[in-house]
Amino acid sequence: MDQIFGNLQLLFEFPAVNLEIIIQGAMIGAIFVLVAYGLALVWGVMNVKNLAQGALVIAGGYVSWWLAQRGMPVLVGIPVAAIVLALIGGACSGTPIDKFCRRHWRVAIVFAVAMTVVMFAGLYTTAPGSAWAAYEGVGRTFGTIGGIGLFGILVACGGLYGLVISRVIERDLFTSLLATFGIGIMFEQLMNLMFGSDTQSLRLDYDSFSFFGGIVNVPVAKLLAVIMAAALAIAVIIFMKRSRMGQAIRATAQDARAARVLGIDTERVYAFTFSLNAALCGAAGALVVLVWEIMPFYGIPYSVRAFVIVTAAGLGNLPGVIAAGIGIGVMEQYGGHIFGIGYQQAIAVLLLLLVLLIRLAQQRRNRQVLQ
Amino acid sequence: MTGTGNKIVSYITLALFIILAPLLFPDYRTSLAALWLLIIVALTWDMTGGQMGYNSLGNIFFYGTGMYVAAVVGISLAYDVADYTNAAGGGIYKFTDAQYFTGMLVGSLAAGLFCAVSALILGWLLFGLRGPYFAIGTLGVAIAAGELVSNWDWVGGGQGIALPVYPYDLDQGKLFFYYLFAGLGVAVFAFCAWLYNTRFGAAINAIRDDEEKAEAMGIHTLRYKLIAWSMAAFFVGVAGAFSAFQLIHFEPLETAYQTINLGIFMVVCVLLGGKGTLWGPVIGAIMFHVFKEVTWTYFLGWQWVALGALIVVTVVYFQDGLMGWLKTRRPEWFGIRVEQKAAIAEAAE
Repeated sequence: MDQIFGNLQLLFEFPAVNLEIIIQGAMIGAIFVLVAYGLALVWGVMNVKNLAQGALVIAGGYVSWWLAQRGMPVLVGIPVAAIVLALIGGACSGTPIDKFCRRHWRVAIVFAVAMTVVMFAGLYTTAPGSAWAAYEGVGRTFGTIGGIGLFGILVACGGLYGLVISRVIERDLFTSLLATFGIGIMFEQLMNLMFGSDTQSLRLDYDSFSFFGGIVNVPVAKLLAVIMAAALAIAVIIFMKRSRMGQAIRATAQDARAARVLGIDTERVYAFTFSLNAALCGAAGALVVLVWEIMPFYGIPYSVRAFVIVTAAGLGNLPGVIAAGIGIGVMEQYGGHIFGIGYQQAIAVLLLLLVLLIRLAQQRRNRQVLQ
Repeated sequence: MTGTGNKIVSYITLALFIILAPLLFPDYRTSLAALWLLIIVALTWDMTGGQMGYNSLGNIFFYGTGMYVAAVVGISLAYDVADYTNAAGGGIYKFTDAQYFTGMLVGSLAAGLFCAVSALILGWLLFGLRGPYFAIGTLGVAIAAGELVSNWDWVGGGQGIALPVYPYDLDQGKLFFYYLFAGLGVAVFAFCAWLYNTRFGAAINAIRDDEEKAEAMGIHTLRYKLIAWSMAAFFVGVAGAFSAFQLIHFEPLETAYQTINLGIFMVVCVLLGGKGTLWGPVIGAIMFHVFKEVTWTYFLGWQWVALGALIVVTVVYFQDGLMGWLKTRRPEWFGIRVEQKAAIAEAAE
């Protein structure tokens, strides 16, 4: 208790501390906004509640980190992560490759099984203490070929969208929650197996701007990340407003049946929306790895916060999403400052409950008005 | 007459198997107890999820809360809780046999009652939420509770609580906990079998099928929902209390409020077996347990990937579960008569 009052007092004695907290919170919030906007798109257009959102973010982070480990410039990671995640998300869905795989699904399954066997054979050979240690090079090749083959067949069959999401759109709402939760678990564990459970980061060694005698620090790297997040958000807004696909997405969100009647291929719109969401998450992940750190299991907080933001802001309301995202970033920082850093996760979840309850109370009042 | 005779014989065989199983397979006692725990949580999840249509992802909250309440009550009968959980205190605490067993009995009952009451309160807050919002809201409750408890030093914070060990022989302890869980499981099953055939069962099924219509027919839906959830919570709380004493040591995030383990497992069990049926959760729990044990043994390292794949495949391709699948394939087994004409017309569509 005393500690909490002490922390509160600090806020009033040094007003600059408030400024520091708000700036930090807004910077964190900027990345949440990207993830939350992706969720709002998928939720609004397809009515799919994607609990794998956080896992996609971390996957994007690992793509960027992997490239940087192999000597690529750090900033290249952002577009590459977005593209790879879009492919996983379902960018190939509806293309001739996907149609081929669907027509010859037996071939696809046999290929996938064969690639799994090849990959496991490779992993078995390279495992520590294996009797086949002499053939480690061969094993590694096998593992790589199997992994790439599996990834290829996943992408060719329409990615996550074609395999799973397209089958849950029309279903009971609970289905999409559980299915994406399962996808999230698989992604986390695969990343754990591929990259290990250490935290990874690509800190850019730029300076920080300091104000008020060092109380307010603005690291240039974070500033850069915020600018890139903002640029990405603006690009998406323009895309949604101007391009034909953006218009089709908005039309489908308003009334899928009417859109179908008017000749919009809603299947393609759904596939595109999901892969756009995955790409946004991937880019967000590539930004996360620049300013904080990632690890396979760090995804859940992003999913939770995306849900908080979208429930608070509503669907298809980008200004609302931006405001809510930054607001939640700031509130979390305040909460962490006042109650201690251990409560940060709890605060995000409690905010979600608070938002749900407030909306519930509003609905109850509306119902009473109707009566 | 022979039908009921057969039924009695099969129930007696089943009861004998339940009683003899840990004696026949002594190596699997702990695993079998874990299976009973899965059956209990799956059955209670189905009370609200399958029968009432409210898919909670937060039933694990009651499991964790049951653990903590049982531990705190059990300890407080003998010692001061703050001293006991203070890791730096270095005190040595001995429990006599009488203290151990009264602690467990009182603790379990207290856990059940506490969970039932907290379900009433939480339900009053959350039952206005429908569909996925209810699932997200309850999931939020479970995650938040885990985070808050892990910051609460009075109950041991992130380190959790270490409870006394079973006072007699360790193998006997395993047997003892097996029978505790089995007894609770059978009790829950019998309770569900009775409940679903009463007016109450009909009412919660009506809520699942159409809540507005049920309300219009004069069913006080909120009251029914609260009672159903608090009954489920009572049993989960007691199961959590047993687990606390069985595991000896538990900590908040991975054991007590294990949202992504047991919290999801129970849902998967029910979906595997078939939602909204009496035997579905039991069969699903058995299937899931076998799958889990096999992957945990033979695919170590890949077990979670296999589990995620199982969840996705079950949910997307096989959502009716085994019982649902049988129901559509062999409706006569369930006493459903199919009008030949209607079935043909439906098939032709």
